[in-house]
Parts: sequence; C-alpha cells; structure tokens
Amino acid sequence: MEKLLELKKVSLTYQTLENEIRAIEDLSFYCNKGDFLSIIGPSGCGKTTVLSLIAGLLPPTSGEILINGKKDYEKNDLGYMLQKDQLFPWRTIEKNVYLPLEIKKSLTKRNKDFADSLLDKYGLKEFKKNYPDQLSGGMRQRAALIRTLVSNPKLLLLDEPFSALDYQTRLSVCDDVYKIIKQEEKTALLVTHDISEAIAMSDIIIVLKSRPAKVKCVFVPKIFGESPLKKRESKDFGVWFEKIWKELDK
Amino acid sequence: MKKIADFSEEHAKYIKRFKKENALVTVLRFALLALLLGLWELFANLGVIDPFIASSPSRVATTVRRLFVEDNFLYHIGITLYETILGFLIAVAAGYVLALALWWSERLRRVLEPYIVVLNSLPKIALGPIIIVWFGSGVKAIVFMAVIIGVIVALITMLNGFLATDKNKILLLKSFGASKFQILKKLVVPGSLPTFISMLKISVGMAWIGSIMGEYLVSRAGLGYLIVYGGQVFKLDLVMASTVVLCALATLMYVLVAFLEKKIIKYKN
Ligand SMILES: Nc1ncnc2c1ncn2[C@@H]1O[C@H](COP(=O)(O)OP(=O)(O)O)[C@@H](O)[C@H]1O
Ligand SMILES: [Mg+2]
Repeated sequence: MEKLLELKKVSLTYQTLENEIRAIEDLSFYCNKGDFLSIIGPSGCGKTTVLSLIAGLLPPTSGEILINGKKDYEKNDLGYMLQKDQLFPWRTIEKNVYLPLEIKKSLTKRNKDFADSLLDKYGLKEFKKNYPDQLSGGMRQRAALIRTLVSNPKLLLLDEPFSALDYQTRLSVCDDVYKIIKQEEKTALLVTHDISEAIAMSDIIIVLKSRPAKVKCVFVPKIFGESPLKKRESKDFGVWFEKIWKELDK
Repeated sequence: MKKIADFSEEHAKYIKRFKKENALVTVLRFALLALLLGLWELFANLGVIDPFIASSPSRVATTVRRLFVEDNFLYHIGITLYETILGFLIAVAAGYVLALALWWSERLRRVLEPYIVVLNSLPKIALGPIIIVWFGSGVKAIVFMAVIIGVIVALITMLNGFLATDKNKILLLKSFGASKFQILKKLVVPGSLPTFISMLKISVGMAWIGSIMGEYLVSRAGLGYLIVYGGQVFKLDLVMASTVVLCALATLMYVLVAFLEKKIIKYKN
C-alpha cells in the first residue's frame, strides 16, 4: 500500500498575548491511498488545527507533513471542506463550483466541462443557475463537495462538514457524500466529534487525546454494509460505538 | 426563480389579506397627509394661526408656482442638486477607497484609528470659517463641506462591512491558494454589497446635510440659501416652499438608491 499522507512528529503551538497554547504535540499517523480515515476527539482538542496544517494554512512548529512522500506538495492535491457549506450567496451554484478554478486561474473549457459533468452526475443539473438559498441543506452540501472535487484533489479534508445540518438531513447527506467520494475514488480524512458518523463512514478511526493532541488509539471497524446508512443498521455498529465511546471517555 | 409554487386556497387567502392590509396602509398614509394639510389650511384661513408666520398649503403652492415662473427657481434647485450629488459621489468614492486601504493594512488601520475617531466626533460645522478661508464662499466650499461630512461615515460603514467578512469563507479561499487581492475581489467586495447599499442610503442623507449646511454658511444661491434668506426677510412662504421642494428631492434621491438596491442584489442573505 502506498502512503498518500503522512504526518511525522508534528507539533503546533499557538501564540497569543496571554499564553502559549500547545494544540498538537508529536502527532504521527498516515493514511493510504483510497482510505477513508476519521479523526475523532472532543471539541477543542485540535482537530481543525490538524486539517489546517495539512492544508498548508498553518506552518507546523516542528515535524513534517508529507503527501506522496513529498514535503512541498501543491494546493491542488487537497480539497478542503469546512463546517457549513460556505457557498457564496451572491453566486449561482455553477459559479460557486467554478470558484476554485477561478482562484487557481485554471477556468479552462476542459475543467469547466468536468465541473459541469459532476453537477450533472450528482443531480444538480437543473439547479446550476439557482442561488444557494433556493436549495435544500442536502443539495447545498453536495454542491460544496463538488466544489472541492473540481480541481481533482488527491486528498479530501472534511472538517465536521455535517455538523450544521439537522439529524435527518445529516444521515442522508452523510450517505450521499460517502457515495460520491467512493465513486470518485478519493482518499478522505474526516474530522468529527460524532462517534457514529466516524464508524459509519470510515475504514480507520484515530482517537485523539485532548490538548495537546496526540494519537490515543486507532480502531479499524470491520462492519458489513456498502453505505453508511447500511452500516448503521448492522448489529456490530453498537459494539463498535461502545468500544470507541469508552476510549474517548477515559 | 421560485422554489416551489404551491398556491393552496389558504395561501391565496393569506396573500389577499396581506395585499388588502398593504393597500389600507397606503390609503391611510395619504389620508394622514391630506388631514394635516387640510387642518393647516383651515387654521390659516380661520386665523387660528397667523399665515404670515406659519404660511399655508395654498400659499406654499402659489409660491412654488411663482418661484418657477418669475424667479429662477430651477437655477437654485440645480445649484443645490449639483453640490449635493457631487459631494455625495466624492464622499462615497473616497470613503470606499479609504476603507479598502484600511482593510488591506491592519497597521495603517491601527495608526489611523484615533484620527478617524476624532474626525468622526468633531462637529464639521466648526470647520466653516476655515473652509471659507480656503475655498472662498462658493460652490467649492459647499461641496467640500458635503464631502467631509459624508466621507467619514462612508468610510466607517464600509470598513465595518469589510471587516465583517466571514472568517471561514476567507479560510476556504486560502485553501484554494487565493492571494489577498483575490480574497478582496472574490469575497470581500461582493460580500459587502448590502453594506455598500446601506452606506449609499446613509450618504444620501449626509450629502444633503452637508450641502444645505454649506449653503447656510456661505452661499448666494441654492435651496439652503433661499431658506436662510426667506427667514431673514420674514418670507415664510419662501422658506416653506423651498423646504417642501427639498423634501421631495431628498426623497427622490433615496428612492433612486433603493431602486438600485433591487436591481443589483438578487440573492437573499
Ligand atoms: N488561532 C488560534 N489562536 C490561538 N489558539 C487557537 C487558535 N485556533 C485554535 N486555538 C486553540 O487550539 C485548540 C484546538 O482548536 P481546534 O483545532 O479548533 O479544535 P477542534 O477543531 O478540535 O474543536 C483550542 O483550544 C483552541 O482554543
Ligand atoms: Mg473544529
């Protein structure tokens, strides 16, 4: 197996006027190509910080982050999906999806066609010219995912992308996003504080110890079912939930 | 484009009731105006109030007509409009550009903060004598007055709008590798469009304050001049007539901005 992402003894300290916050210390883990990996931990334990580091928005205080074994990887290799859809309300869905291409100055016919094909494939064909406020929460989330896919990233970084949705929508959007990621054969790193979401979606779960964040333990839940919703129905689901819940609680 | 058009009978009833209520409010508004004008006219005719001091609607109407026909009313209106619109445009443009600069550089923002606070709290009319010395007593001085009154408010409103840009959206753009200029162009400027519109609305009012105040101070023409002159020679008809026209013009300008808002903002926030 080829390691797509690897963190080696990564540390990060935030400097503020009042004090220093050691958010992450000696964090090491890796993620293979095609994996769906989740990181869970309580709020404020440094999950968003980990993603910001990988996305290159923050330089680590020490340690290295490698993608495909390289230290200086390109922004194009990564797709970052934040809490809430963050669609721009003054842009149509289509224009929202083109945004990364505009920023990267690669709004070519070919890339546009690819973006359009994704919109068509995932049921947003009729809504291209609509504004985000005319779409349901689930559709908006799908549009946000497509926006991260248009620049064809190797690795998707998902920062609690469903936390702003109500429970019902969350279950179906979760399913939706999972299927799209699998169909597009992407590697994904999901960060969440929701245990059941992590179990339903991922192949590997890393539990973080809080402040400074460190790997506490790793689970590889083997649950039968081809989608998150199916996995939730499995009787093993509860067993795994309990295992991880106990570990988080310690 | 609408979401889903689902017009049940209940909904139709609701819409109908809503429209009826709206129509009633409009009628009442005009009725109130008619009542006030009617009472004013009546009291003036009955001698309850002295028409020499309080004027009356019919006298105002006659005066407006006479001003247009005999005196050069259009000239005065033109002068005031020119000063107001020029002052408005300069204040808005300068305020916007300065706000952009202050958004761009946090250091500049911190350096200039106390100056802005002082300029904002200073009653600009106190600068009257200085303005007269610098710009003479003409249109230039009045436009300058309108600009200094408008620019600070425009600047502060716009800067707050720029600074209120969603941090997560900035983060999103950064994750695409956006430069600061791209963040400005793709997010900060379009995202602050609603603020820009409210800034325009406030600035319309500020420009009128500036130009009329300027005319009170220095001018020899314009609506503000007519009002001051009318007061000095005790021609209340002239004062009232000019004020009424001023009201109409200011409203018109506000309506134009509101119309612009409907034209350019198509999404809901
Ligand atoms: N820009 C920052 N400056 C200082 N401290 C920060 C900053 N961002 C996050 N932190 C602190 O770092 C810790 C981890 O934050 P974060 O990564 O957002 O946690 P999570 O995403 O798991 O909720 C928190 O205690 C938070 O207060
Ligand atoms: Mg977070």
